[in-house]
Amino acid sequence: MTQKMKLTQLTEMLQELNIESLEGVTIEGDIELNITGGGGLNPALAYALGSEISQISLHMANIGRMLGFPAEQLFASAFGMGAMPETQAPALGAAPGMQELLASKFEVSKMENWNNPIQEVTLGATSADGGSRKNTVTIGGENALPYYFDAAMPHRNYVTMDVFDMPIGMAKAVKSNYEDVINDPAEWAKKVVRDFNADMVTIHLISTDPLIKDTSARDAAKVVEDVLQAVKVPIVIGGSGNPEKDPEVLEKAAEVAAGERVLLASASLNLDYERIAKAAVEHGHVVLSWTQLEINAQKELNRKLMKQCKVPRDSIVMDPTTAALGYGLDYAYTNMERIRLAGLMGDNELTFPMSSGTTNAWGARESWMVSSPLKQDSDWGPREYRGPIWEIVTGLALSLAGNDMFMMMHPTSVQVLKEITQTLYGSIETEELDISNWIGAEV
Amino acid sequence: MKINSPLEAYKYLPGTNCAVCGEQTCMAFAAHLIDRSKKLSDCTPMLEDKFRKKLDQLQGLLAPEIRQVEIGVGEKTVKIGGDDVLYRHKLTFFNQTVLAYDVWDTMEEKDLVERVEKIRDFKKFYVGNFLTVDMVAVRCTSDDPKRFASAVKKVIETTDMPIVLCSFNPEMLKAGLEVAKDRNPLLYAANKDNWQEVAALALEYDVPVTLFAPNDLDLLKSLAKTFAEMGTEKLVLDPGTFPSGKQLKQTFNNFIKVRRAGIDGDREIAYPLMAVPLTAWMVHDDPVSASYWETVIASVFTIKYGDIMILHSIEPYAMLPELHIRDTIYTDPRKPVTVDPAMYKIGSPTKDSPVFVTTNFALTYYTVESDISSNKIDCYLWAIDTEGIGVEAAVAGGQLTAAKIKKGIESSGFSMKDDTSHNTIILPGLAARLQGDVEDETGSRVLIGPADSGRIPGWLEKNWPPKK
Repeated sequence: MTQKMKLTQLTEMLQELNIESLEGVTIEGDIELNITGGGGLNPALAYALGSEISQISLHMANIGRMLGFPAEQLFASAFGMGAMPETQAPALGAAPGMQELLASKFEVSKMENWNNPIQEVTLGATSADGGSRKNTVTIGGENALPYYFDAAMPHRNYVTMDVFDMPIGMAKAVKSNYEDVINDPAEWAKKVVRDFNADMVTIHLISTDPLIKDTSARDAAKVVEDVLQAVKVPIVIGGSGNPEKDPEVLEKAAEVAAGERVLLASASLNLDYERIAKAAVEHGHVVLSWTQLEINAQKELNRKLMKQCKVPRDSIVMDPTTAALGYGLDYAYTNMERIRLAGLMGDNELTFPMSSGTTNAWGARESWMVSSPLKQDSDWGPREYRGPIWEIVTGLALSLAGNDMFMMMHPTSVQVLKEITQTLYGSIETEELDISNWIGAEV
Repeated sequence: MKINSPLEAYKYLPGTNCAVCGEQTCMAFAAHLIDRSKKLSDCTPMLEDKFRKKLDQLQGLLAPEIRQVEIGVGEKTVKIGGDDVLYRHKLTFFNQTVLAYDVWDTMEEKDLVERVEKIRDFKKFYVGNFLTVDMVAVRCTSDDPKRFASAVKKVIETTDMPIVLCSFNPEMLKAGLEVAKDRNPLLYAANKDNWQEVAALALEYDVPVTLFAPNDLDLLKSLAKTFAEMGTEKLVLDPGTFPSGKQLKQTFNNFIKVRRAGIDGDREIAYPLMAVPLTAWMVHDDPVSASYWETVIASVFTIKYGDIMILHSIEPYAMLPELHIRDTIYTDPRKPVTVDPAMYKIGSPTKDSPVFVTTNFALTYYTVESDISSNKIDCYLWAIDTEGIGVEAAVAGGQLTAAKIKKGIESSGFSMKDDTSHNTIILPGLAARLQGDVEDETGSRVLIGPADSGRIPGWLEKNWPPKK
């Protein structure tokens, strides 16, 4: 039986033999190699043919080896080479059939349905705009998910650090940073700006809670004035979270901070949001629209703030609620991501920048407990390292979901969160690193 | 998945409503196929010869956009990839990011074994289960095949976790494979220089292989296309993890681009992705800074499409957040947020046992429940309907009030007066401000428990039974 076949067919056949092993395979008859063209071949074609033929002879030799013949010795003597080391062939030989990588061009399209920019909101006012801040902070304005190549992110993320108007219970790792200023909100505010690189300061007027100290709105407003004097960055003013008292407290605070374009925290559906919204509009502030992990409630509150209370679009920031890593961050993350995607795709009730109470991470026991309460757990290690990373990862996850501004507490957390968000934003320059041989790196 | 409505899947099913799959109708089964909560193999009648063609067709239509790759053997086998969506709320992400921690062959044998044991044994209890890590990556730093083989051998003697064999030198990979070939290890990695030899190894030993093309997506795609052509689709793509500066921003976008292209239907690049946060150690000398930065990078790529990653720090402050962020992202968002509001018995409570109040937010409930039951405390645990909101937020938002608690008690059929000897309710520490109101509404005595349920055992020692 004589059969003609093309060289490539033969190569393919032999490759299969090479891979599958020779068990049960018989080669019958003569194999005729019919090379046409003879001496008139052009050099490139001749070279290609030579390559094919050499490949075939390698495959043949491999078959020979499988059958027990020391083919490598034959090659060695024929070409005057030393014996091939045992480990070199066949496994380390050329892969079957592929001498070159298949050419390919990677392509990906940009998102087509992100057509609606997020509203820009500026916090703080300089003397030119009737305030006394040295700088302002602008957030929002995105046309894509954060840090995505689809569209450049116009503003970086910002961090506002918490200051309280009275000493409160804090995780030990947090408290150790503030022991010297814990009774003086103005000094506390100075410290976070000066030493911890806070972009903004949040003054929480928690002592106004009737169940805590019931400080009057008037006295609380004095603290706001002190803080405005102490620092020149934009500020956030937070109430105590008491729904009966907060409207009064925030009204008064809005009044003494008139013109400073502070962020009033917060309007929510379970209190008289209209009073807070009106105070903001009257005194030129921004309202934080706070809802609890529910996208439809967020739409409803934003709608009420805009339609019913006439808050301008450039004066609303949303806080859709932050749950700590391990304690509902999955809901918080997805809620924010859905809100941002809906905004980008045109839902005008959700196109506002977002703020996260990242400090909530310190509520997770992993951040502050000395050790696990469960005996079966592996050792949790030192808590002074566990706490800050808990706050960082909580904030970082939300930054990827579209959160713009972070309310935070621990200096290390602030530093690292700023480092990673600004790296992804693109404003951190470092020396280029070659990772092509990372496996051998000494770590 | 190429189809997205149950009707499109239904066309291929037998349509007999035989209920063998556990669903009453083929249409219901079709709906589960689309949301990937049932497998086609649950429909045993489809395995008959006459359905073969339809089975094949439907299987093709249902195949996830991103290929699924298996590493390891036996119980500890991990699956990576298999995703169909870019955002978890669109369906859910499948096959959680696999965490591999490194060892290297220039370690002292004793240190190596100890390190593998730590990786193998690390666990953290969470909502009814233990969170654990998955794999060991063996790095060849010796450039000595014998030494590498011996390190690999030591690892597989110590654990049955799947392994990654890491070297750019095919000779080393071969030495590792000879030892670990029965474990279906992942090869790391083929690059532009060694791809022919590494491909030969992947084919010969029939193992999955990583393709490494740092910041070069054209090359990455070329490699993937070439390997597929040579006969393997058991591929993992590593576009390079640069640990800092603009290079890291580029890395971030490379992951997004590759995954988006894959989900959009570019089969040639639709493979699982590998991140190597370990590179953080190339730019940080101080171990705490390096661990922190590595954890940060790991978090970014757990959230954004990393399917497997190689890590170095085995400090608990790195591993705990890594495990939790992975759980965060891979938890199925379709699972219920709440438990049924009711009175639950923990252990075997009697009339003298304490009565704790908590919310019906599933996470809160299970945290409290595990803290109580793991300490073998017999008690009643009252899950109040807070619409699935945790204690602190529910108190602030008005979902946990004295009236709600009273209503919860009444509707549970449990009587504080008749069913307890103490008529005492223990509120969570974070709901302390409700104490007076709850006393007024219920007529029971109210004690304030700890702010964290992990402290319940200590709290009970001091406060229970209540003083008369």
